[in-house]
Amino acid sequence: MQVAPFIAYLAAAALFIYGIRRLRTPETARSGNTLAAVGMAIALIATIFVADIDNVLSVGQISVGVLIGSVLGAVAAQRVQMTAMPQMVAAFNGVGGGAAALVAVSEFYRVEALGQGHETLVATIAVLLSVIIGTVSFAGSTIAFIKLQELALTGSVTFPLQQVVNAAIFVGILLLSANILAGGLVLSPLVSLYLILGASLLLGVLFVIPIGGADMPIVISLLNAFTGLAAAASGFVLSNYALIISGTLVGASGTILTRLMSGALGRPLGKIIFAGIAASGGGGSEQQEDREVNDKSAGEVGEYLADDAEKVIIVPGYGLAVAQAQQAMRDLVETLESEGKEVLFGIHPVAGRMPGHMNVLLTEVGIPYEKLYDLEDINPEFDDADAAIIVGANDVVNPSANDPEVESPISGMPVLTVENAEHVIFIKRSLSPGFAGVDNPLFYDTEKTMMLFSDAKQGLQDLNEAVKNS
Amino acid sequence: MTSQLLAQLAIFVISAFLGFELISRVPNLLHTPLMSATNAIHGIVLVGAIIALASASDGFTTTVGMIAVIFGAMNVVGGFWVTNRMLGMFGPPRKRVKKREE
Repeated sequence: MQVAPFIAYLAAAALFIYGIRRLRTPETARSGNTLAAVGMAIALIATIFVADIDNVLSVGQISVGVLIGSVLGAVAAQRVQMTAMPQMVAAFNGVGGGAAALVAVSEFYRVEALGQGHETLVATIAVLLSVIIGTVSFAGSTIAFIKLQELALTGSVTFPLQQVVNAAIFVGILLLSANILAGGLVLSPLVSLYLILGASLLLGVLFVIPIGGADMPIVISLLNAFTGLAAAASGFVLSNYALIISGTLVGASGTILTRLMSGALGRPLGKIIFAGIAASGGGGSEQQEDREVNDKSAGEVGEYLADDAEKVIIVPGYGLAVAQAQQAMRDLVETLESEGKEVLFGIHPVAGRMPGHMNVLLTEVGIPYEKLYDLEDINPEFDDADAAIIVGANDVVNPSANDPEVESPISGMPVLTVENAEHVIFIKRSLSPGFAGVDNPLFYDTEKTMMLFSDAKQGLQDLNEAVKNS
Repeated sequence: MTSQLLAQLAIFVISAFLGFELISRVPNLLHTPLMSATNAIHGIVLVGAIIALASASDGFTTTVGMIAVIFGAMNVVGGFWVTNRMLGMFGPPRKRVKKREE
């Protein structure tokens, strides 16, 4: 490799690393992203000198391709709603994985069918890894996008012997790979690679369809790591340092992020992937009989907040975003603060559909991020809080998650200890349990809990009026 | 050839540890932008796609390379763009108040 592009790639890698480093604090995060984008531009410009561009035709093709992709990406990125961020990340992740797989397919085809370049064992292994991982990521991300956009396949889709089928496909992929590495003993290497491509597509689909809504953030994070690894593998195919370094960085960071997240859910990764949340499907039905709840109107709750609550902690969940109630939430916060009350937010690590998603949604409407507290920081605050208001959330405040007597899909998940507040107020449409399908004993604590049955947006607006008027 | 491969492996291992270190200290608050930014960075595969398309010499490799370039460009441009939009919402620089330390 020539020296100049190599230096440029190193500079790009340094900018990626420094950019990610600046993502540690909100003040520096945006510039970190910009630095990483500059690094990308440098790497792409350097590539013009690395790639063997010897005619006008290929310059034209590359320009057209980059232009089409850029326009599609930019339009999608500009239009997407912040609530739809998880599916957007899934979509960009999918095309990245697809690109990595296609690069490897193209290189392999050049060697096998056109007799260009030379075949080495390492390059072949790298081709296989890139194709398998990239394709699984592509297909898996596509399914994740379809599920999150609620186009189809919502919830957990399972069929008998699912794990057996997945294992069989995986063994098939291994056998075909072995066949290629042995130089095509049974099938020609190219045919084997196409079969691997198809099998990996199927595996990606089957891998994601059984995974339900609450676990989707973890899957997207995992697929993000996959795409990084696929990019690194195609770096080994092309002997390109920019791809190896950047792809590996993303692969490793995505793996850590996935582990942090599954830790926040209190569910080991293996359990999510291999058991799915499928088992929890029917959990909620047993305790649905008419137990008494403390049903309050917005007026009554508003009166309590206005007269007796000094310190209020709000716990938002995905229901808030579904109802597009962020603005109404901010209005209520402003009203409460204008009455001299202290208002804090407790954000569970998996509130929303991605870790940190709720923070984005709340800062979008102008709620300062200084008010948004992580789980460990907010839990001690409940002890002297007068009210905890829970909007569109259930699982993340369910004390039964840490009750050793109760076995449920959320067992062991760290939760916000809202029960330590003087009063607990749920704004919720009905008593139906949340994503995980687990009933919440707090609903039936008529001393402590007030249930305000309403749509999140309507409920917050009514509550705001009630606080103003009392 | 061998020494080049060894250098690549060394870089691979060191990059992996660097990735672990970098992410471990990012707060929950910024996990969504972080995921989105790393998502954009693996768009580096566009580099590979451009190399593949540039060396394409028949219909098949041209088609495959072209799709790869389009996909890669979507990943890069969309990824950075959407991360920038998201981080724009974290407002103008302000001092982060550490209430817990008071």
